[in-house]
Formats: sequence, C-alpha cells, structure tokens
Amino acid sequence: MVSNQNLIGGATGDWEIVLGLEIHAQVASNSKLFSGAATEFGAEPNSQVSLVDAAMPGMLPVINAYCVEQAVRTGLGLKAQVNKYSVFDRKNYFYPDLPQGYQISQFQQPIIGEGAIEIDLPDGAVKTIGVERLHLEQDAGKSLHDQHPSQSFVDLNRSGVALMEIVSHPDMRSAAEAQAYVKKVRAILRYLGTCDGNMEQGSLRADVNVSVRRPGDELGTRCEIKNVNSIRFIGQAIEHEARRQVDLIEDGGVVQQQTRLFDPKNGETRAMRSKEEAHDYRYFPDPDLLPLEFDQAFVDAIAKDLPELPDDKKARFISDYNLSPYDASVLVSEAENAAFFEAAAEGQDAKAVANMVIGSVFAGLNKAGLAIAESPVTPQQVGQLVGLIRDDTVSNSIAKEVFEMMFEAGPDQGKDASVIVEEKGLKQVTDMGAIEASVDEVIAANPDKVAQAQERPKMAGWFVGQVMQATGGKANPQAVNKLVLAKLGLDG
Amino acid sequence: MSKLTDLNLAQARDGLASKAFSATELTQAHIERVEASDKLNAYVLKTPEKAMDMAKASDAKLADGTAGPLEGLPIGVKDLFCTQGIRTTASSKILGEFIPPYESTVTQNLWNDGAVLLGKLNNDEFAMGSSNETSCFGPVNNPYQGANGENLVPGGSSGGSSAAVAARLGVAATATDTGGSIRQPAAFTGTVGLKPTYGRCSRWGVVAFASSLDQAGPITQTVRDAAIMLGSMASFDSRDTTSVERDVPNYEAALTGDIKGLRVGIPKEYRVDTMPSEIEALWQQGIDWLRDAGAEIVDVSLPHTKYALPAYYIIAPAEASSNLARYDGVRYGARQAGVDIDDMYANTRAAGFGDEVKRRVMVGTYALSAGYYDAYYVKALQVRRLIAQDFNQAYEKCDVLLTPTTPSAAFAVGKEVEDPLEMYLNDVFTVTVNLAGLPGLSVPAGLDGNGLPLGLQLIGRAFGEEQLLRVGEVLETAAGFTTRPKEWWSA
Repeated sequence: MVSNQNLIGGATGDWEIVLGLEIHAQVASNSKLFSGAATEFGAEPNSQVSLVDAAMPGMLPVINAYCVEQAVRTGLGLKAQVNKYSVFDRKNYFYPDLPQGYQISQFQQPIIGEGAIEIDLPDGAVKTIGVERLHLEQDAGKSLHDQHPSQSFVDLNRSGVALMEIVSHPDMRSAAEAQAYVKKVRAILRYLGTCDGNMEQGSLRADVNVSVRRPGDELGTRCEIKNVNSIRFIGQAIEHEARRQVDLIEDGGVVQQQTRLFDPKNGETRAMRSKEEAHDYRYFPDPDLLPLEFDQAFVDAIAKDLPELPDDKKARFISDYNLSPYDASVLVSEAENAAFFEAAAEGQDAKAVANMVIGSVFAGLNKAGLAIAESPVTPQQVGQLVGLIRDDTVSNSIAKEVFEMMFEAGPDQGKDASVIVEEKGLKQVTDMGAIEASVDEVIAANPDKVAQAQERPKMAGWFVGQVMQATGGKANPQAVNKLVLAKLGLDG
Repeated sequence: MSKLTDLNLAQARDGLASKAFSATELTQAHIERVEASDKLNAYVLKTPEKAMDMAKASDAKLADGTAGPLEGLPIGVKDLFCTQGIRTTASSKILGEFIPPYESTVTQNLWNDGAVLLGKLNNDEFAMGSSNETSCFGPVNNPYQGANGENLVPGGSSGGSSAAVAARLGVAATATDTGGSIRQPAAFTGTVGLKPTYGRCSRWGVVAFASSLDQAGPITQTVRDAAIMLGSMASFDSRDTTSVERDVPNYEAALTGDIKGLRVGIPKEYRVDTMPSEIEALWQQGIDWLRDAGAEIVDVSLPHTKYALPAYYIIAPAEASSNLARYDGVRYGARQAGVDIDDMYANTRAAGFGDEVKRRVMVGTYALSAGYYDAYYVKALQVRRLIAQDFNQAYEKCDVLLTPTTPSAAFAVGKEVEDPLEMYLNDVFTVTVNLAGLPGLSVPAGLDGNGLPLGLQLIGRAFGEEQLLRVGEVLETAAGFTTRPKEWWSA
C-alpha cells in the first residue's frame, strides 16, 4: 500500500508520482573504457584524447579490464546478478562530441542484471528499490558553445570515459524517495570505490523518469528529465515536473512522452525533444569487440575483497554499539564518517561518541565547510573528550567549549582535551565541600530570593545558575541542584 | 639475367641475399616502372623518395647481416592501410588529404621485416566494390585488355593491388578482403590472392569497411610469395581484440608439394546455372590436377550457400553504415560548410561519399532500423551461423574445398557499374568464406576464350593457412600459369 503522505493534491483529487532513475556513474579508473587515455578531471581541453577517443580511421576499442572489475564490484555491492557473458552494442547517432558517430554501450545483454537496494525514509521506514540493470558505456565529449561568436568547440577529454548506467525500476513515489535512492547509490559506490560520486564534477548524474497517476491506476505517460546533477535539483525537478503533469491532465491535457531538461535557474523543466523526434539508435553488437566473458573465479576474487557496505555497517552499529537506527544510518551514509566514528568510539561509550560526532563534529565541519578528512579534531580527541564527560571530569557544556577550542586550534596545535581542561582549569568540581560552600554563600547573599523560592520552588533554578556561574561552570550541575534543593528545604 | 622487375618476391629476395643486385637497384627499377604505369591508375600516391631511403637502409642491413625476411623488397600498399606521415584516403574524397599520425599494424610488421614502400594503391572507395570503379581517383585498368583492346576492370576492391602485381609494379602488394576483395581481383589479373583466417592479421590501422568480415592479406605473383608475405603480415595484436593470439608458423616451410591422401571437397552448390562453361571446365581441370597429385576428391554440400550473398549484403552494409559515421567533417578529412551542424554533416557526407558508399550506408541504416532489425540483421546473423556450420560439417569429410574464384573473367570498365546487383554477383563464391571467417586462396589456373585469366579458389579450415598454401602451390605447379599481359600501358 502506498502511504498517503506521498500523494500530491490536485484540483480533482490526489495523484501519485511514479519515479524511475537512470544514474550515470563515472567509473573510478585512471584510464578510459576502451583506450589508455587519462581521465583526470579539469585537464586542458583535448589533452586526454587518444587516437581511439578521436575515432581516427582504423582505430579499434580495447576493453579496460579494470573498468570491468569495477562494474562487477558495483554489481555485487548492489546485490545484483552478475552476467558472466555480456555484449557491447553500438548506439548510433550523430553529434559533434560523439566522434565515432556511435556510443559503445550495452543494450540487450548488460554486465549486471537485477538487484535491489534499501533506502531509509525520513520517517525511519526502510523501502526496497529494485535495480533493473547496470551496464557499461562510453561517455561523450563536451560541446562548448561559449568560446566563439559563431562556432562551437568540442573537448574530447571526457570522450570514452567509462560510465556505469544504473537503471532502477519505477519504484519510487516521492522526490524524497528519489533523493534517498540517489544518496544510497552514491554511498554504495563510494564505499566500493567504484565511483567518486562527485556530482559537481559530473561524475554522478541522473536521468529522472517522472509520471503521475491516480492511486492504483496503470502507469501514466512518463517524461524523462535528463542529466540532473545535484540531489537538490533532483528534488526540485521532480516536484516541478509532477506538478506540471498534474496541472496539464487536470486542465484536460495529455502528457506527451518527452525528453526534458531541468533549468536550475528557474527550477523548471522544459521540453528537449518529443517521442517523434527521438533518435532511432540502430543498436547492434559492436563487431570490433568480442562478447565480454569471465568466469566465476573472477567474480569470487572481487567478492572476497568487497568492503563492508552501508547496510551491513548500519546493522552492526545498531547491534554492536547499541545505536539508534537513525544515528546509525547518519553515521554510515559516508564510509569516512563511519570510520571516524568507529575510531572515536574505541574504548568509549559509543552512544555518547555518536552524539558528539553527529552533534559537534558534523555541525562544526558543516559550518566550516570542511570534509571529514580535513577535520581539525581527530577521532581520538573526540573519544578522549567523551571519556572526560563519562568520568565526570567535565560537564557536557564544558565539553562543548573544549571541543570548540580543539576545533579552532586545529590539528597542528594538537592539544588533547585533557591538556586543555588542565591548562584552562576547566576540571569539573566534584568536591562536595567546595560546592556546599558556594551554595551557602549564594543563599546567604540573597535572602529575598530565598523567601521567593519558598513560595515558588521553581526559583531554585536561579540558585543553581548562580552557583554554576560562581564556579565557572565547573561544578557538577546535578550535585549543585541536589544541594540547593536540600538547603532551601525543597527536597522533601 | 632478366629484368629486375620480372622477378617474383622469392626470386628478388634470393637475389638480394646472394648480392646479385642491391635493394636500391631493385627499388629503382620498380620506381621507374611505376612511373611509367599511369595508364593503369594503380597507384594513387607514389613515394619514390621514401622508397629509396628505405632501400638504402635495407642495403645497410643486407650488408651487416641484420636483414629481415622482406629486406629490400619493394611493395605497394592498398590505400586502406594507414601509413604514418603518408596520405591515406581509402580512395574516398571524404578523407581529403588525411595524413595519419600512426602506422597500421600490418604495414608496420612489413617495415619491421625490411619491406620497401613504393606507394599507395588504388581501391574501390572504402573497399566497397568489385571492379575498382568506385574509387574517387577513377577506375584502375586491368593490365589484361579485352579481345578488341578495350579496357577491363582489375576486380575489386583491391584492384590497384592486383593490377600492380600483374603489371610488376612491385614484387607484391597488401590488400584487404571483406567479401572477395583479394581473391576476385587476383583471379581477374592472373595473380595469387590470399585472404587469411579472420583474426590472423590485425585490423588496427586499416580503414574499416565491415569489421566482422574485413581481413588483410597479400596479392602476389606466386603462392610461395603469398606464404612469405603472410608470414610478415600476420601477428597477434593486443590493440585488435578480434586478432587471435597464436604463433605465426613458417608458411614457406609448409610448401612441401606433398598432398597425397589430402581430401579435397567439391561443394555441389557452387555449380550455379549462370556459370560459363569454360569456368566449369577449369574447375574440373583443377579437380583432375589435384587428384593426379594424390589427393582424394569428395563431394560435399554447403546447403545454405544460396543465402550467403543476401546475408552478406545486409551484414556488411549494416556494419559499414556505423563504421563510416565517423566521417563527419568535424575532426579530419574534407568538410563542406553548412548553416548548422546537421547541414554541415549532410553537405560533407553528400559531397564526400560516392554513390556506392551512399547506397551501402543507406541499405545498412535501413537494415538496422527499428522495426526492420529482426527481419534483416538478426536473420542475416542466423544465416551466417548456418553457413559456418555448413563448412564445419563439410570439413568432417574433407580438408580443403576447391571452387572457382569468380563466375566470370574480368569485364569491361563501365559494364556493370550501373547495375549494383550484377556487380554484387561477382562475390557469389567468395562471400561465404568471409561470413565463416575462413582462409581462402585464389590461384591463377587458366585463361578464358579471350585469353583472360581465371582463378580457382581453395578454402581452408580456420588457421589452416599452411595446408591451404601447400595445396595452392601444387595447384599452381599443375596449372603452370605463365601468361603475362601485353605491356600496352607503357607504350
């Protein structure tokens, strides 16, 4: 059953969005799918182009074994069927950034078949999204239209770079689900090291198929939004496109099957070409390449070295560290985050560590615009700081201050929490005698407040605050509270 | 001593080895003869200076004992092979003055073994044709003329190669064969043409026509020469994944002359109704020669032969339509301006491709189109598998097959050019071999009533070139073909 919250309202009733995604993920590889040319991002135009990439006469493609390995690794990560026999086909069309006049892709027999991935929904539920297939294909080059008043230029650096196209079933029902799906796929690819997942550089982009229908009806006509390159844009594009389709149908119109483009400037999609204008790609098996075949041993060797994947890690975090499913899924969303947490949690109270990693570390990094690898605070420092809270050396609020000091200082200063606490004299006062003296002092100095507190017991909080202030925040707040209540005779 | 240009490849090799003459003398003699051959139109680019440089280098190697198997031997190269720094056109206007910055694997192998480049040889545009009339450089004339002195075609697509070897404009030539483009021109010119097993020679750097069928091979004066040439041209090449990793045997050593007990299959389906009686008679003569040499003759059947030509003319154009998409005027070759990119493509390809190429691109595009793919392309692939299966079954009963190479002798220039279907029938005995990926050898075996050469074809097992060449030499010896064309072109 579809949960109602995913429906969108129209003038004539509710509509359901149906979404399928094709994710294009650049294979993490130093050389291209069928040539030895380099793949590094940001190189001078046309500086990473081999004779094969430029489709010179008589040049032939040779499959890059490492890219095949990466595709198999990804297939295993998506818990998908690995096809030991697959075929490369030519997809024929003319475009200046497509030097061969065809893209080498896989059409009828892809290297990876059916798989499934689980996504975490905002309400904490888990949903399975079917993966129809993954195939290997060449990327095209890039047309540059802004370099000359009347001519277009072509940069072939990207021409021939290996892509994995991961095609989902139309299993998603909201923009949030689609976004969660992309995030999950990206996390898996990053865990596997098969794609850097960098959407800004175009290493990961998605074509989004959107249709709407009355709940329970047959699938509606879909529109494909091409090349959306951020998670946020995916959400915007879906929201806009679904609304456009609903409005169109409710106004008596019919959705035309179309390829559309998302314009981030106005948050809208616009038609690129209709079904009638669609290319006839004339797919046929590439006669320059033999079918791709490998044995089970090849697959097994890759499977043996597969890292722990997000779902397994999440399950382990829940069972081994006793984390909540939410905290666990936040921590495992990036392999580096999970590793940071695990290093920090070593020998410490894991739940407290998780709180500090999610609360302080992520917030601090986010604010400073830093990646986890650039964190000024090491996992060990975080662990130690949690340890200081645990053994009552510092209070939570002092710990926050200490964390900020460590974060400001950066890794070069290298001062551990215990050193800072010692140097700044921030050690929590647990000497009950000293605390009691301070409480007595505050009570003696404020007889009017004592009288008020007798009337309104809530006033006790004021005394606690005064004592904390007097001790520079170092007194144990629970101890202070208890003493204040006792001294004011409010603990009865 | 006879003229240096009368020598075949093996004789020239032996003469160089015995210091009877130098590589520069041999090359110079051929350069002069090539210079005087313009009426044949066999060479589309002559490289005399390069040839002399290479010959001098060969002389040094011959002197210091580091000579390669082809050291100092001047040859012509079909203009389908990319040659580094030397214009390569596939005889198409669309490549313009394209100068490859790379050398094809096959020609590099030849240079590594010491061969000398005389120039680039004419061919049908993109190797599409059976008469060398579709070339943008104009037709090649067969050194053999008709009974009334009319110009005849040299066959195609390797018409420049066959004409050059027949006219002694090089001791040998490279060629390519997609549906008969080595064997048919060889048959038309009284030369030997060898199409090796698919995967025996690298396709890297050879302008592609139909990738699953294209294969490089030599056209030579003798079977021995073909064996020597193949030994240098063949190699495994990691840059061509369809090339096969397999040692290259000493093909020349396989020419023992002994075919006793060898089973020669005669496929009954090759007796086509339209076959001239003299070809029928020559075929019978060939059978008798091989029987006399000790071979056993067996009747075999290749039942799907009649579907081969239609299947070929779907598969080859389909692949070609895609292979030729890269000639778009964007990165190299000729470009015709247009108001936008689509217009530029259309203008460039309309002006750059000749009629036969356009015809095949359109046929191929149609055959691969949505809605037609299954009916044409998929069906043709099924036929292709059945044809390969036919051969496998035949080879359970025999070792090689003997057939005519062509259904006729060379025809007049212009005779068939207006009738593509008539032209396609030239390939009827040769296309099956490409579809099955097998080696085929055409040996000059006799003359027709007008004194024009006729060839017999031997078809071998995959990678059975040694046996194929051995039988070929026996057939060659028995036929004793020594006819030479009258040298009308140098007059």
